[in-house]
Amino acid sequence: MASSSHARSQTRRQLLSRIGMVAGSAALYQAMTSMGHAMGTDFSGPPKLSGAKKGTSVLVLGAGLAGMLSAYELRKAGYIVKIIEFQSRSGGRNISLRGGDTVTELGGATQKVGFAPGNYINPGPWRIPYHHQGLLHYCRAFGVQLEPFIELNHNSWLHSTGSFGGKAIRYRELAADFNGFTAELLAKAVNQHKLDDLVSPDEVAHLKDAMRGWGALTPELAYIKGNISSLRRGFEKAQGGGLNGAPVPSELMNRNEIWKSGLWNWMAFHERLDMQTTMFQPVGGMDNIGKAFTKQIRDLLQLNCKVTAIHQDNAGVTVTYNDMQHGGAVRQAKADYCVCTIPLSILSQLDVQVSDGMKAAIGAVPYASSVKLGLEFKRRFWEEDDQIYGGISFTDQPISQVSYPSHGIFSKGPAVLLGGYMFGPAAYDFAGMTPQERLEEGIKQGLAFHPQYRKEFLNGVSFAWSRVPWTLGCCSMWSEEARKTHYKTLCSIDQRIVLAGEHASYVGCWQEGAILSALDAVTRLHQRALGAA
Amino acid sequence: MRKFLLFAALMGVLVPVGWAHADSASAISGKMEDLPSGEAIYRHICQSCHMADGQGAVGAGAQIPALAHNPRLQVASYPATVILKGYGAMPWFAGLLNDKQIADVVDYIRTHFGNTYTDKLNPSEVALMRPHLTAEEQ
Repeated sequence: MASSSHARSQTRRQLLSRIGMVAGSAALYQAMTSMGHAMGTDFSGPPKLSGAKKGTSVLVLGAGLAGMLSAYELRKAGYIVKIIEFQSRSGGRNISLRGGDTVTELGGATQKVGFAPGNYINPGPWRIPYHHQGLLHYCRAFGVQLEPFIELNHNSWLHSTGSFGGKAIRYRELAADFNGFTAELLAKAVNQHKLDDLVSPDEVAHLKDAMRGWGALTPELAYIKGNISSLRRGFEKAQGGGLNGAPVPSELMNRNEIWKSGLWNWMAFHERLDMQTTMFQPVGGMDNIGKAFTKQIRDLLQLNCKVTAIHQDNAGVTVTYNDMQHGGAVRQAKADYCVCTIPLSILSQLDVQVSDGMKAAIGAVPYASSVKLGLEFKRRFWEEDDQIYGGISFTDQPISQVSYPSHGIFSKGPAVLLGGYMFGPAAYDFAGMTPQERLEEGIKQGLAFHPQYRKEFLNGVSFAWSRVPWTLGCCSMWSEEARKTHYKTLCSIDQRIVLAGEHASYVGCWQEGAILSALDAVTRLHQRALGAA
Repeated sequence: MRKFLLFAALMGVLVPVGWAHADSASAISGKMEDLPSGEAIYRHICQSCHMADGQGAVGAGAQIPALAHNPRLQVASYPATVILKGYGAMPWFAGLLNDKQIADVVDYIRTHFGNTYTDKLNPSEVALMRPHLTAEEQ
């Protein structure tokens, strides 16, 4: 194992590193905080670039969010801008799949998406934390309609093949019992003077109060079967009305098995800053963000251009590409400057004329593997049978999770859920399967807590990011060593070329990283072009 | 932002490597398959990119190299180093695979897909090549 760490301490260290990043602009941050305008990431408003030297041109490579935003801001500043893009669509990893779409992956497998009209899956980014204020700013500015994304659902399933007889339990049952037993142990330890070295006498009373309230303990500080605990974890027979309305409390789970199960990892997951409520999604599919960005720069955009070389000298930048709409004809585009948002996985294999340090940086960042499964079912059995409305069920099987649509709740007819979202080893495993095998595995594993799967299944699509021709992976995967050695170089302006994208940020794998990186890159490039830096 | 998490004591018997990602489903990825042989490692990991037949693939001005008939496999330490440290877009597997597993999969690719290099890589040699690489904390 490369390293190990505890989930909780990671979150804290991540927080600290965030704080460290913000501290660079401490004065501004403090001022904004006092005005009540503090932002989650270090986005502090759109750049106000202006006064470009007349006739100065910038070529943007890649029409994902970073490329399109760079083009948008640079044109506003007065530059002559052009974007060239490999795909026959803009948006990059901001993508949604709908009925009629085709997915062709490396290796040749082609899938036709069979979803009913209105249904979709977001194979890439699918949720936006409330504090990703850069992305949210441009969503508002460009008229993208957002709706809440349900991340945490107390009624979703938690499943571990080796725990509780392999039977899935509800999130609320685990959360109630985990908190209850933890609180009880701590309260008892204090009561029995086992923590006298650690807890002062005047702290004891407050601590016991806190544990009783937090953990749903009895006045005697016990976490036991009864109405108090069942009001957290749910009743055996729910509260009703009339003659037989009295509830029956539910049994608690085995305490030792709770710790052992590891299921609490999924409680901790939702506590991460990145996953805290409120989260958002665009109405109708994540690609509505890409489409709204495209609207702003459509006249600058040339699709179907496969870049092969990026050269520069004192006079400017020359990019060589194959025009795929014209039989791959070799063409060149020239500009004074270049913002390159091509993923490093691709860029590291192109003929790029930059310093040795930049070359090493471009080659130092591998891309992670990830696979998503979108499964369409005849009806919303998770809602109708299980009262699960949005949110995520977790399992320790390779599919890792099943996530239910946050939109269209209570609607009739077919609906699409996320039937698996794999990273790491499970993603390698699934990416190596045929699309049919992936779906079959996803269904087989999902059956562990959704017995309706077979009967209700209509069709599905899988998206294996390591087999996507234009990224060869889902996102950048920095090692600590590479970050230390190469990050600053990667973000620096190499004569006339600057890189942008999630890979050039500390918010990697998030769209916010692409936004913040692009804003920083174009701001510095503008200063450079004006001769100020 | 990524990290190999060690949940070995918690998550049971199979190799419980978690791989956290920013917009990932979970700080814990699903259990890894048991990988007792070079072939199993190839099927469950390598072929996700290098393809079932070892032919690799060509993408947007970039490629996933073919392992089939690849003369760079002549010296076992070369593929072993690439697997341990990664190369370009290819992630490092030093954290995921142990010395024996790396030797197993190197032996496998060097004797399949039209490659006929029969000398074996000793796991103790792999141990000496191990890099110090740490995924960023997530």
